Amino acid sequence: MALLEVKDLKVRVEEREILHGLTLTVNEGEVHAIMGPNGSGKSTLSHVIAGKPGYEVTDGQILFKGEDLLEMAPEERAAKGVFLAFQYPVEIPGVATMTFLRTALNAQRKARGESEYSTPDFLKKVREVSKSLNIPQDMLKRGVNVGFSGGEKKRNEVLQMALFEPSLCILDEMDSGLDIDALRIAADGVNALRSPERAMVVITHYQRLLNYIVPDVVHVMSRGRVVKSGGKELALELEASGYAQFEAA
Amino acid sequence: MNVAVAKTGSGRAVSDLFASAEGRLPGSPGVTAVRREAFETYERLGLPHRRIEEWKYTDLRALMGEVLPLAATPDAAALKRAVEAVKAHAIAGARKLVLVDGVFAADLSDVKPLVAEASFKTLRETLARDAGLLKTASTDAVIALNAALATDGVVLSIADGAQLSAPIQIIHVATAASASAFTRSQVTVGKGARATLVESFVAAGAAAYQVNDAVIISVGDDADVAHIRLMDDAPDAVNITSQFVTVGANTKLNFFNMTTGAAVSRLQGFITLAGEGTELSVNGVNLLKKTEHGDTTLVVDHAVPNCVSREIFRAVIDDRAHSVFQGRIIVRPDAQKTDGKMMTRALLLSDEAEADNKPELEIFADDVSCGHGATAGALDDSLLFYLKARGLPEKQAQALLIQAFVGEAIEQIADDGLREHVIGIAERWLERRQ
Ligand SMILES: Nc1ncnc2c1ncn2[C@@H]1O[C@H](COP(=O)(O)OP(=O)(O)OP(=O)(O)O)[C@@H](O)[C@H]1O
Ligand SMILES: [Mg+2]
Repeated sequence: MALLEVKDLKVRVEEREILHGLTLTVNEGEVHAIMGPNGSGKSTLSHVIAGKPGYEVTDGQILFKGEDLLEMAPEERAAKGVFLAFQYPVEIPGVATMTFLRTALNAQRKARGESEYSTPDFLKKVREVSKSLNIPQDMLKRGVNVGFSGGEKKRNEVLQMALFEPSLCILDEMDSGLDIDALRIAADGVNALRSPERAMVVITHYQRLLNYIVPDVVHVMSRGRVVKSGGKELALELEASGYAQFEAA
Repeated sequence: MNVAVAKTGSGRAVSDLFASAEGRLPGSPGVTAVRREAFETYERLGLPHRRIEEWKYTDLRALMGEVLPLAATPDAAALKRAVEAVKAHAIAGARKLVLVDGVFAADLSDVKPLVAEASFKTLRETLARDAGLLKTASTDAVIALNAALATDGVVLSIADGAQLSAPIQIIHVATAASASAFTRSQVTVGKGARATLVESFVAAGAAAYQVNDAVIISVGDDADVAHIRLMDDAPDAVNITSQFVTVGANTKLNFFNMTTGAAVSRLQGFITLAGEGTELSVNGVNLLKKTEHGDTTLVVDHAVPNCVSREIFRAVIDDRAHSVFQGRIIVRPDAQKTDGKMMTRALLLSDEAEADNKPELEIFADDVSCGHGATAGALDDSLLFYLKARGLPEKQAQALLIQAFVGEAIEQIADDGLREHVIGIAERWLERRQ
């Protein structure tokens, strides 16, 4: 079943059209990779799916589990299972990571009519997940992403993904700023979440990540559109030939 | 604007009040003479208004209109409400001193355990002998009015070297609607003493009342004092408080104020560092909504060399509320090596919220390090979006960011229990927004 359907999406930012009729369908259980040159609109797409303000959708639609995603507030989307691992996670001084994680998880559960986690259950879960992602406990006492290295911020995004157990995970350049070991750990974390009910959209510039997180489908984005889709071998092709052939289009 | 009319209007209201209240005001004949003189000073000045420089952002003539008559002696029902209010606002383990509608309530207070560690009297008791406590070297009209009409207060003295085992909490409870309470207290902390003083202002079913409080604090050398003031009055109340603080040498004084109530409030603190090597930390949080007006005015006077003062002030302003911070640091000619800094930040939660900030440095010494900084702005949209994208509804996302914002001031409270208590009050304020 289609989990995410983006149909002929046109998006403007400050009077300028960035996405010019983008179509993308992601089914449950699939991993899709999106590759494309800088400025082609990859982050814009991920932001519009997550509900970031400042983007004007002028045409097209986004369906998530058959529902109109664009009608929902960002927090509703999160509660329904949309998760975006940001390319640039923000720092939130004064909000302890642990407090943030618990507040967010319980807000999502509450919105779904589920009971809130008890403190011991929550702590146990966080401890398990952070251990598997090699995130030290004292990092969780600090402000959200405050003083985290680039790699630590990315791992913190994966940590949240593992905790919230969303059904659609969008990873925007999760690999940027990660060293080889950190990349493997993060990718293992992502792979552990692969399941028949969950889909992933992995935005990346580098084929290397796709050696760890092997995609079912690879899309090439250029100038606000998906210009080519194929199997995982498309990523290798791109690595060899670059984007020039698509830029011309 | 018919300021003259307003002045006569409010002056006359008090004039009548003073005549009718006189019989109820405690004190010897000498005290009565001092009161009358103070009242005449007030009558000459009238309520402060915007053309008085110190009050330019807080025009009491416009905001307060008139001074309400003195509250009547609370009846049994009022006292019962006061008991409940005290219960709700008491700090666990603290020794309570309760003033109900401006009069000390022994039955609601913990005098017995307190006097084992500190000496205690009521203002009423001291005024039976002399008027010393009604005299202050201030020319401010609200302070003169306080001297004229103060009905009671606490007079505390903590001996040299005393290490108090529990905080002392002065709780001002208002039970009478549309009436005013005038209180004046004195706290003396001896050399080498260690103490925690908490002041709470709360309502017990009363609305639209007025509080005018004055506190005279003197801290000796080598002392360590935490002073926390929690103004949580009814949303339509007025609270005008003046504090005069003198600090000795090598002392640590950590003051914190939080304003979460009152339609109109002003805390004016005049702190003089009179002994070298002292560290002063003055911190405040204003949480204002609707049309509330909250003013914090602080004068820190470095009268001697080698002292450090730090001021952190945070205002969260919603709806059409108005927050004022005036901070003056004075460095006297002899006060070399003074290190004085103040930082104030305002968070505007609505387009109509207003923040006024007036920092002033008056530096007469040349080898000093002083500075101030101020910011005002809205919540950061990118942070809000991050939180919402993680499932937090708008108000909850705001609440988390607001808590972080005020946390910078609240975390200056060293005691874990008191800090948690203060965080609890801030959280309840935020919950009421949701
Ligand atoms: N808030 C904004 N205001 C103006 N232009 C914007 C804004 N956000 C994005 N753009 C523009 O939209 C285009 C697409 O940006 P986007 O960030 O989506 O690209 P990207 O494919 O993610 O690039 P990269 O690979 O560098 O991350 C760029 O030209 C960018 O400058
Ligand atoms: Mg991008």
